[in-house]
Amino acid sequence: MTSSIGNVASLAARGAGSVVRHVRAVVNPSAAHPAAAGHSASGWLVVTVFVEPSELDAAKLPAPLAEFGDRIEVRIQAAPGGKGTELAARLRDRPRPGGALSRLSGQDPEAGLRSALRRAKQLIEVGEVLAVDPVPHGERTATPGGAFLEGWTKAAPKGGVR
Amino acid sequence: MKAVTWRGVNEIGVEEVAEPTIINDHDIILEVGLSAACGSDLHLMGGYIPAMRAGDVLGHEFMGRVAEVGRGVTKHQVGDRVVVVSFTSCGQCWYCRQGLWSLCDNGNPNPGITEALWGQSIGGCYGYSHALGGWAGSHAPFIRVPYADQGAFAIPDGVSDERALFASDAAPTGWTGAHQAEVRPGDVVAVWGAGGVGQMAARAAMLMGAERVVVIDRFDNRLQQVRTHIGADTLHYEKAEVPAELREMTGGRGPDVCIEAVGMEAHSPGPQYLYDQVKQQMRLQTDRPTAVREAIYACRKGGTVFTLGVFAGLVDKFPLGAVMNKALTLRGAQQHGHRYIPEILERMSRDEIRTEHLATHVMPLSDGPKGYQMFKNKEDGCVRAVFRPSM
Ligand SMILES: NC(=O)c1ccc[n+]([C@@H]2O[C@H](COP(=O)([O-])OP(=O)(O)OC[C@H]3O[C@@H](n4cnc5c(N)ncnc54)[C@H](O)[C@@H]3O)[C@@H](O)[C@H]2O)c1
Ligand SMILES: [Zn+2]
Ligand SMILES: [Zn+2]
Repeated sequence: MTSSIGNVASLAARGAGSVVRHVRAVVNPSAAHPAAAGHSASGWLVVTVFVEPSELDAAKLPAPLAEFGDRIEVRIQAAPGGKGTELAARLRDRPRPGGALSRLSGQDPEAGLRSALRRAKQLIEVGEVLAVDPVPHGERTATPGGAFLEGWTKAAPKGGVR
Repeated sequence: MKAVTWRGVNEIGVEEVAEPTIINDHDIILEVGLSAACGSDLHLMGGYIPAMRAGDVLGHEFMGRVAEVGRGVTKHQVGDRVVVVSFTSCGQCWYCRQGLWSLCDNGNPNPGITEALWGQSIGGCYGYSHALGGWAGSHAPFIRVPYADQGAFAIPDGVSDERALFASDAAPTGWTGAHQAEVRPGDVVAVWGAGGVGQMAARAAMLMGAERVVVIDRFDNRLQQVRTHIGADTLHYEKAEVPAELREMTGGRGPDVCIEAVGMEAHSPGPQYLYDQVKQQMRLQTDRPTAVREAIYACRKGGTVFTLGVFAGLVDKFPLGAVMNKALTLRGAQQHGHRYIPEILERMSRDEIRTEHLATHVMPLSDGPKGYQMFKNKEDGCVRAVFRPSM
């Protein structure tokens, strides 16, 4: 592959990074202070699951959450407007939250819990966790853009639905 | 197997990739019969949706035969002829249950990317970058289809492959626009863009009872297709002042519903085009919103503007004043095809929707680069390049 393609791809990737920063700065002024960006002060991470509250039991959580044992606290309550049940978890021993950048690059200390909530939601709603890999693909040329995107994609499943 | 892949900005390849296998219980493996290039692919090709990696398989509008079924699949059997909706949606989350399928909470295994961009993630889409799940596309002999009971639909016997193909993306996208914009009997509807999506939006508006539908573009062959196969009126935007024509056509009111089916690479004849292009190249705006601006300007007071065209990030010179003061409703969506495809297939079997004319160029996968070049430049009257892996 010629190097000009790598340049364009990395330009595109840089474009993406700057769009993200730009969007975040516009919609979320706190993004200027990375320590708090993207985190609620209470430490609770929540997903809404489309089942009745009576169908969830904090003592019988799906495996991804159960694995945390008593390292997490869990809260279950009805979502307003018939939207199902809010399943919340937080680490008892909370590290200082990372910023948006640490979250995108997979360095967020709460990423594991986010990912677990997301997988728990899928197990409850669908019965399985959707997997994309191994995905058929052609030759991956080594470019800065590609490497950036690969890192981003690795961190992305941990984003979790909110 | 050979597949058509994204290699870099404006570079399409044909290369060897592994065959897909069943990974989740609700998967099927589909032997692809036909797979179309869509206007959305052009945004990927141009590098405007910068989450593609070299080697990603393209294609999200497709039909074929079921080759293998996962053990959780109940609706489909090996050999069934099906069309598959472009979006991967679970069918169980609150959004899917509301009929807002493309907003599925669970269908995108990489939600973090779009959460960072838009605040929330949406469902996944085949062959549409790592931001929408990183799924392999359909320009290949085989494709893995997750959530197959939700996303694959049996094709009625009387409907040809060439017609059913467009029940995957172009037609349900048009239905999403007209239905979510709440087109009502008696409405005047204007549609920007006479590609597959605009044509289907116009047809949907007509079947929902619109009294007059006008489609706007600059390609004569596409406008001719609109008049012949869709039965709507047309406007050539280089030969007419669009808002002025629309105003006089509607007794001075403006269209009740304006559907934009152009997207982030809109073209325009005026100096604004250069401005938008330069800003987009410099990444000062990610998208060129020419047709949306015009739709907002043309729309009647209290009317609805619907963006079916794909946008990724930020736009410039957005006429928010007109939206606010004219009390417009502004909406958009990726297609909620799961909700509309059963009706579309039924109407196809009654000849109320005809789509064969969109497949202007049918070719083997090995012609992938040529097909995309023709489609991008609208060469030789190309409306959709369609790949037939068995060719
Ligand atoms: N919302 C969805 O789910 C969904 C699904 C499929 C496609 N799309 C999007 O819909 C759009 C159209 O798709 P398509 O496959 O029909 O693409 P296409 O490229 O075949 O057609 C686009 C048409 O818009 C015309 N156009 C360009 N600038 C214009 C302007 N200023 N005014 C009027 N017309 C103009 C072009 O001449 C062309 O005919 C794309 O942005 C695509 O990404 C959205
Ligand atoms: Zn499409
Ligand atoms: Zn869903």
